[in-house]
Amino acid sequence: MKRFRWASLPFAVYALIFTIAPLILIIFYSFTDQSGTLTLDNYRQFFNWDDPVYLQVLWRSIKVAVISTLICLVLGYPMAYILSKMRPGLRDTMVFLFVLPMWMNFLLRTYAWMTLLERTGLINTLLGKIGIGPLDLMYTQGAVILGNVYNFLPFMILPIYNVLIKIDKSVIEAAQDLGGNKYVVFRKVIFPLSLSGVVSGISMTFMPAVSTFIISRLLGGGQQALIGDIIENQFKVVGNWGLGSAMSVVLMVLILAAMNVMRKYEDENAGGNVLL
Amino acid sequence: MKQKRSPLSILYSVLIFLFLYAPIVVLIVYSFNANKSRGSWGGFSLKWYQALFEDSTILNSLYTTLSVALIAALVSMVMGTLAALGMYYSRRRMRSLLSNLANLPMLNPDIVSGISLLVLFVFLGFRLGYVSLLLSHIAFCVPYVIVSVLPKLNQMDRSLFEAALDLGATPVQAFFKVMLPEIMPGIITGTILAFTMSLDDFVISFFTAGSGVSTLSMTVYSMSRKGIKPEINAISTLMFVVVLALLVVVNLRSNRENKKQKKGVR
Repeated sequence: MKRFRWASLPFAVYALIFTIAPLILIIFYSFTDQSGTLTLDNYRQFFNWDDPVYLQVLWRSIKVAVISTLICLVLGYPMAYILSKMRPGLRDTMVFLFVLPMWMNFLLRTYAWMTLLERTGLINTLLGKIGIGPLDLMYTQGAVILGNVYNFLPFMILPIYNVLIKIDKSVIEAAQDLGGNKYVVFRKVIFPLSLSGVVSGISMTFMPAVSTFIISRLLGGGQQALIGDIIENQFKVVGNWGLGSAMSVVLMVLILAAMNVMRKYEDENAGGNVLL
Repeated sequence: MKQKRSPLSILYSVLIFLFLYAPIVVLIVYSFNANKSRGSWGGFSLKWYQALFEDSTILNSLYTTLSVALIAALVSMVMGTLAALGMYYSRRRMRSLLSNLANLPMLNPDIVSGISLLVLFVFLGFRLGYVSLLLSHIAFCVPYVIVSVLPKLNQMDRSLFEAALDLGATPVQAFFKVMLPEIMPGIITGTILAFTMSLDDFVISFFTAGSGVSTLSMTVYSMSRKGIKPEINAISTLMFVVVLALLVVVNLRSNRENKKQKKGVR
């Protein structure tokens, strides 16, 4: 049915205009200055080792994202494991309950934490009742990490869970029959087989965590700016498109490189049906 | 071998659930609080909900959000299904090129997609507003339909379609009578997914809507930057209930489908 091949054409044209062309444009802008002449100044300014303001922000973004991802992994793996051991009926309901908060707008989820963490919020009110505080919980790096973990934990649990339930039961039984105790079976059989899910989970958590600008803006205030914040700032406030584009290109390259490394270890189906 | 669930694992699950749900529950409870401050409980009240429906900014942004999501989902449904169909019948190299094109918006961080679209619109001299918002939403929604429809096409028996042609159906007839029913579940899932993604989006809308148009999440953002307002709790609660209802319907539907399929096989 060769004639059906043409059916892809509208999408191909649309994607060329609204996906490819915009990316080419920001790459182009990242190599020009305000007057439009070609230059490397934007990248020089970003990677300025003598005055590393932007590099520090990039470093902070990576650090916050790595810490958030690791916490998600430590919290999420046991949860995925427990879920995978439940009987099928209960399991589906539980997975549904895990997916549910993910469908709530992430802005609102972050906002919910504002009402908990602020100085007159619930946590400080409760702490006040037992004579502690009020503590400054908001506008700290801890608050940003908490926001990331809260928003992206399901992205870690679900891919791991999806891989765990697909592990062939007979492989585990064989390991037990050969004399492996619970811990040996987990370390030598289950964990290695679930690695593809772990890798999917890591990339699905790290990527949004490194590029966020809402969570850091709302929970971190001005002091905890991440790379997303300074990109937004360049476009919406400063108006230096060249520098903003260069930052976007750096972020994009960072993420695509990370994804490429991850993908080598990733099972094709692991992350596939995370969303529904 | 049947494993007994240990109390430790139950405790752990409960703690994770508390972590995931506590903030949402607190938000919902406070939306009924008569007091403006969150420190104290002033009794049950619906006044924040009432305030919501008298606020024209919020009502306008609700209308924008819903209409953009609906149009973007419908356009994505048609464009995405056609694209999947074309990809299914293309040669391997073309197919992998197209699937990379579909994956790119999903892999790219939202902020980069949003900014690059903003740059495109300004470069073309296109005024930012409702249309640029809609065009951008379509761009990131179509891939969700493609990835939902392609697996259904791959599961389909190719010879069914050819049999229909041999029996005298025109390709168009065969498409509507034979192929479409087979891939329908994928189309519906993909369209709902696209609709939800559009409803949920903040970042791309933030950069492409310009200053005159605002979606619900953009309104929440500008309100929350000025501090916490009880009206936001009320919107959040409503949005949460709507999404919950949508998801329950989708899940019941897919459960029924599964049962039907099992019966069909027997």
